[in-house]
Amino acid sequence: MTEGVLIKVGMADLNVGTGGAIIRTTGLGSCVGLTLYDAQLKLGGMAHIMLPSSEIAREGQLNIAKYADTAVPELIEQLKRKGASIGRLVAKMAGGAQMFAFANGSDSMRIGPRNVEATKLALTQLGIPLIGEDTGGNYGRTVELDSGTGVFSIRSVQHGIKEI
Amino acid sequence: MNLFNGNADFKMDVLREVGNIGAGNAATALSLLLDKPVDMAVPTVSLVPFEAIAERVGGSEAVVIAIFLRVEGDAPGNMFFILNREPARRILRGLLGFEAAENDDYSELELSALNEIGNILAGSYLSSLADFTGLHMSPTVPSLAVDMAGAILSYGLVQFGTMGDDALLIDTTFLEGQQEAEGHFFLIPDPESFDKLFRALGVPIE
Repeated sequence: MTEGVLIKVGMADLNVGTGGAIIRTTGLGSCVGLTLYDAQLKLGGMAHIMLPSSEIAREGQLNIAKYADTAVPELIEQLKRKGASIGRLVAKMAGGAQMFAFANGSDSMRIGPRNVEATKLALTQLGIPLIGEDTGGNYGRTVELDSGTGVFSIRSVQHGIKEI
Repeated sequence: MNLFNGNADFKMDVLREVGNIGAGNAATALSLLLDKPVDMAVPTVSLVPFEAIAERVGGSEAVVIAIFLRVEGDAPGNMFFILNREPARRILRGLLGFEAAENDDYSELELSALNEIGNILAGSYLSSLADFTGLHMSPTVPSLAVDMAGAILSYGLVQFGTMGDDALLIDTTFLEGQQEAEGHFFLIPDPESFDKLFRALGVPIE
């Protein structure tokens, strides 16, 4: 049993857990916290996505957990290695807020909504249904996936705790 | 990440001086506003992993008051003025002369006062920096948020995000008398801005 185990996912990071372990990422702003869950195996994974597309990357060694277009396939791959079936995986996501409002909204300032769009696109392309989301707004979120139940809980300063 | 092609120690010193001049002027402005002495610590300049930046202000989930603005012009970047709740309350008490809300329900007047303080401080930071470097640097209208530090700061890391998992942060801490840190000034120049800053300050670029 791994009940009571807490698995942390950092910024631009991803991880998987099973058997009741809690997978958590803190302080999501414009970033997106995406979770995939296989209910039959009680197996889940989470990615803390920071940017929409690896096409804009200029780093030497690509951190594939950082970009929506690379993090989604990688998370699926890691779950498959633990036995997950792609046909059973369902997605939930939160984040993608616009923390600050600016009159001249340049593209880099709209990063939250772009992260949400890119994550949804990647899910659609891979045929994974999105069954719950709490995205947008102008506030930060801390999210947790209970790998025992698949319950995804979202905590924010203004709105308390919400489960989807 | 290889931001500097050699002379790294010297360049770090130059950036520390950038923080010193900018934040020094901002501290003077804050001191005038509050009519009491405001000290600042020697700025730290370091390449900080994204994860660790929020630790500087109490951790990813710590609720902070942040005024964010984008620096536009010759050397663009992101600037944050970050206060924890208690110092923000003290500043409001000193400036407006009444007790601020006990919880996070700041009134319109309090938020607007904090935003204006951020505006004045960031303006004095940037204008001294522009005078010193001869570069054109202008702040956007500031925007205020009261929220988790991680959520707020990640917003200023987008430009560095495409280059790696660290950002170069010029961090200056304000102190009021012997009290704990009152606030932080974070300047995160865009990766492309460093060469321009160094050139303007006469640092040889190989």
